[in-house]
Amino acid sequence: MKLNYRLVRAIKNRLFKATIILSAVVVLVPLFMIIQFVFIQGVSSLNLSFFTEIPKPVGEIGGGMKHAILGTIYIVMLGALIAVPIGVTCGIYLCEFSKSKLSKTLKLTVDLMSGIPSIVIGIFAYLMVVVPLKSFSALAGGVALSIIMLPIIIKTSEEILKLVPNHIREAGLALGLPRWKVILFIILKGSVSNLLTGIILAISRAAGETAPLLFTAFGNMYLSFNLKEPMATLPVQIYTYAISPFKDWQRQAWAGAFVLMVLILTMNLFARFVLTKIKDKKGY
Amino acid sequence: MLKLNSKTQDAVLFYALRFISLTVIGLLLFIMYVLLKAAWPSITHNGLSFIVKKEWNPVEDQYGALPFIFGTLVTSFIAVLIATPVSILVALFISEYLPKSISRIISLLVEMVAAIPSIVFGLWGIFYLSPFVKLTLAPFLKTYFGYIPFFEGPSFGIGIITASLVLAIMIVPTISSICRSIFELIPAHQKEASYALGSTKYEMIKMAVLTPSVSGISSAVVLGLGRALGETMAVTMLIGNSPLISKSIFAPAATMASVMANEYTDASSPLHVASLCYIALLLFFITFLSNLFAKSIVKNFSKIG
Repeated sequence: MKLNYRLVRAIKNRLFKATIILSAVVVLVPLFMIIQFVFIQGVSSLNLSFFTEIPKPVGEIGGGMKHAILGTIYIVMLGALIAVPIGVTCGIYLCEFSKSKLSKTLKLTVDLMSGIPSIVIGIFAYLMVVVPLKSFSALAGGVALSIIMLPIIIKTSEEILKLVPNHIREAGLALGLPRWKVILFIILKGSVSNLLTGIILAISRAAGETAPLLFTAFGNMYLSFNLKEPMATLPVQIYTYAISPFKDWQRQAWAGAFVLMVLILTMNLFARFVLTKIKDKKGY
Repeated sequence: MLKLNSKTQDAVLFYALRFISLTVIGLLLFIMYVLLKAAWPSITHNGLSFIVKKEWNPVEDQYGALPFIFGTLVTSFIAVLIATPVSILVALFISEYLPKSISRIISLLVEMVAAIPSIVFGLWGIFYLSPFVKLTLAPFLKTYFGYIPFFEGPSFGIGIITASLVLAIMIVPTISSICRSIFELIPAHQKEASYALGSTKYEMIKMAVLTPSVSGISSAVVLGLGRALGETMAVTMLIGNSPLISKSIFAPAATMASVMANEYTDASSPLHVASLCYIALLLFFITFLSNLFAKSIVKNFSKIG
């Protein structure tokens, strides 16, 4: 009887192990297959004119997404330009005055903000920028992306600034420096490269967003750098091409997805790599 | 020149930081206010019965949100139902069964999948998942489980089940990486204590790993749910976008996010626009509540731990 019980437990253990390994393989393999699928489809659809040309008229084969690639960079940079100063400032506040009541409210705000569906942010940017200016515009897209980046930047900069050990702050204060000089010239200056990593992480997230750009930057078919005009972006262009019936456009959608994915994964990997390195040698 | 002593300088800094922080808090409130204002015509016209009205007909200016709430809840629910057990198993596999060096690489890869933009999932869904559902999954389910009403009706490849599957794939990395970080928080001596009592690895995992992580896992699931509720592009491309409420999981439907993505730019009548904003407001509050819920779980968790 006792032996039997042991056997049952051993079998249960084995069964559990088998289930876990099996299910992990069943899940992980398709997950990686998606990446592989996009790579294969994307590489085979990619050519030089994809990077150097703008779209040809409907029905004509060829053309590329130069305008959308540049548009994505433009709008994301615009968003970062708005979100970074505000985000880093809030990060400083959260790190340096973490015990105040406002800090706690701000933390909750950041959590809630990062949970807002991106399409809702798109509608907000539409109501705030597109309606008053009476036109879809790159500016509206930038505003929408900045709201998406903001909570990520606040969170990462708070975490990064917290890694600066207290004795460094105290050393600065002991020299008789006012607090703002300690923050600006010691804490911030020492963390600039780390803060940049957090910003890259936020940018990589915003660069892939489609929904908030649908009715803000909207998209067009030619090269434009006008802040007040609609501007094409890679994700929206992929969406337009993916749901179109033309084979050549679908091919370009794959190429676009591939470029976008490589862009985002590279930024993401780079940021992660640097961030873990920072955290490993915590405490200087 | 005006000279400030360092105390005043610090006060200036303090108030400047406070001001910017207040601006961000204000921004969140402002987003709510703007949505509320834009939705107001529909709120006064339809009232709260908007939530339970089934009719969505822009031509006759009739608006009710029930089909979209139904679509959002059902797709997210199915996605979470599929993703939760799978994510926990994957997290256990990575943290308990794999050697450290390999587990690092695998978990990095899983997190990479979480970073893939949803438009890429949508594209993959259109060209890969939707034919799979139409040609393989639907016939299989119909042959063996056809008597269950959920599997009635024809499958066109796009519909509730396709959208749910893609959502599940998208939230597995989120849930499993949070679960993994929770499992890694468990102190080694707790596991060793369980081994010392003579338990097998399965019993150890059940006793020392899973039981103390229950609330952590549930907050991970709620966070995954939050992501599924607000997901727009992949779902819009795969759900079929028709405001129907049907029993079958193969039928096309629409979600709150997808109807906004599809109709917002074309909406002509003021009531249509306001109704879409009303839906945005509702979606905002649903995700808001689920996030608050996840946070409160974490809070209780950290109190006990």
